[in-house]
Amino acid sequence: MIIVKKLIKRFGLKTILRGLDFSVRPGEFVALLGPNGAGKTTFLRILATLSRPSLGQVQVAGYFLPQQAAQVRARLGVVSHQPLLYPDLTAEENLQFYAQMYGVANQRSRITEVLKMVGLENRRKDLVRTFSRGMQQRLAIGRAVIHDPEVMLFDEPYTGLDQDASEMLDDVLRSVAAEGRTVVMTSHDLARAADLATRFDILSRGVILASITQAELQNSNLLTFYKQALVD
Amino acid sequence: MTDKMQNSNPPHPSLFKATFAIVKKDLSAELRSFELVSAMLVFSLLVIIIFNFALELDVKVRQSVTAGVLWTTFAFAGTLGLNRSMSAEKDRGCMDGLLLAPVDRSAIYFGKAISNLAFMLLVEVIVLPIYSVLYNVNLFRWDLIGIILLGSIGYVAVGTLLSAMSVQTRTREVLLPILLFPVAIPVLLAAVKASNGILAGADFAEILTPLNILIVYDVVFIAVAFMVFDFVVEE
Repeated sequence: MIIVKKLIKRFGLKTILRGLDFSVRPGEFVALLGPNGAGKTTFLRILATLSRPSLGQVQVAGYFLPQQAAQVRARLGVVSHQPLLYPDLTAEENLQFYAQMYGVANQRSRITEVLKMVGLENRRKDLVRTFSRGMQQRLAIGRAVIHDPEVMLFDEPYTGLDQDASEMLDDVLRSVAAEGRTVVMTSHDLARAADLATRFDILSRGVILASITQAELQNSNLLTFYKQALVD
Repeated sequence: MTDKMQNSNPPHPSLFKATFAIVKKDLSAELRSFELVSAMLVFSLLVIIIFNFALELDVKVRQSVTAGVLWTTFAFAGTLGLNRSMSAEKDRGCMDGLLLAPVDRSAIYFGKAISNLAFMLLVEVIVLPIYSVLYNVNLFRWDLIGIILLGSIGYVAVGTLLSAMSVQTRTREVLLPILLFPVAIPVLLAAVKASNGILAGADFAEILTPLNILIVYDVVFIAVAFMVFDFVVEE
């Protein structure tokens, strides 16, 4: 579903991604872990078509970037630490706007379905500016799945959430993944990542240092694996 | 994920539908907050009141400075609106939301430009009668309204494009006027000249040249923006 070969990203003289190789199979949930400045967000922005690769090959859902960016965008849902929502519109109006931008058919029923999924059905007529950070983040997931994308990218979705909100977000993320979508999530929260993902990749200084599946991890600890990968 | 979406061709909304969605969104948000229009309106009213007291003009001179005062007011208030409109998208990260949509990126330009034009025209509709009363000048003439419309379209066409560029910098509030005013000089000069001619009761032949400049400027800058907006918003 995602194939990345020898990806290099430079900003001026600074090289952020240094020949990164990465691949994700359909239906996989990959947690991309790594220290600050490792290049996680830069990498996700390239996959999200928001940034162009300097060199290398990037393929998402069978389409090449940046040449076929529009086809990729139609198949992609992105959630970042910013909810990308309009505070002066209601939850329903926000979803309606994005449904129009993605050309979603049967918008009314799809919006109801998505609001139910993120547990905000009874707040559909409320302005987003009255929502807590957790509710905004759940609605952000609703926004990202409104067009039923095949691939989902989550960039630090837990940033700024309290314990309760994080647990609710866990449930929403599980339901998103359970629908068979391919998911790539960056996170600093190893415990949450360990609970949700089926594979863990450690990214540091612009390359993938190590990778382990949930099955391989069963007899060991993700934190130990993470620390060991960074030391090696 | 539903079966219909898997391995199928997801729909791409047309340029018109995406543009309409952005305009509707901007107008709905502004109707709730009145953040942008109120700032533009207060600023415009302050400018014409300050000019009124500062100049202390007799009736004849008032007529001759009207075009200059009006377009100075519209240009500065317009810049305020253009800056705010684009930075609101950027600050909330919503620009990324727009860029992630599978639409022709010109739709983002046209949507924002039409919204900006609507806000600017709304301010002008309120400012014109107040100006008429304060300066005792009759501004309710269809030909003058036509010139104001053409001038505003040109100003917003280039302003929306440049605000999309300046919003990506840290000094956006300063950068937009620095970029915009030199580029907008032809449209502002033509609009002032045409408005002056109309208010002075000049023949149509006399205002034909500035009118042509306004029309050409509008067409050229809308076309240029359509062609380059994709590159402007690219990281």
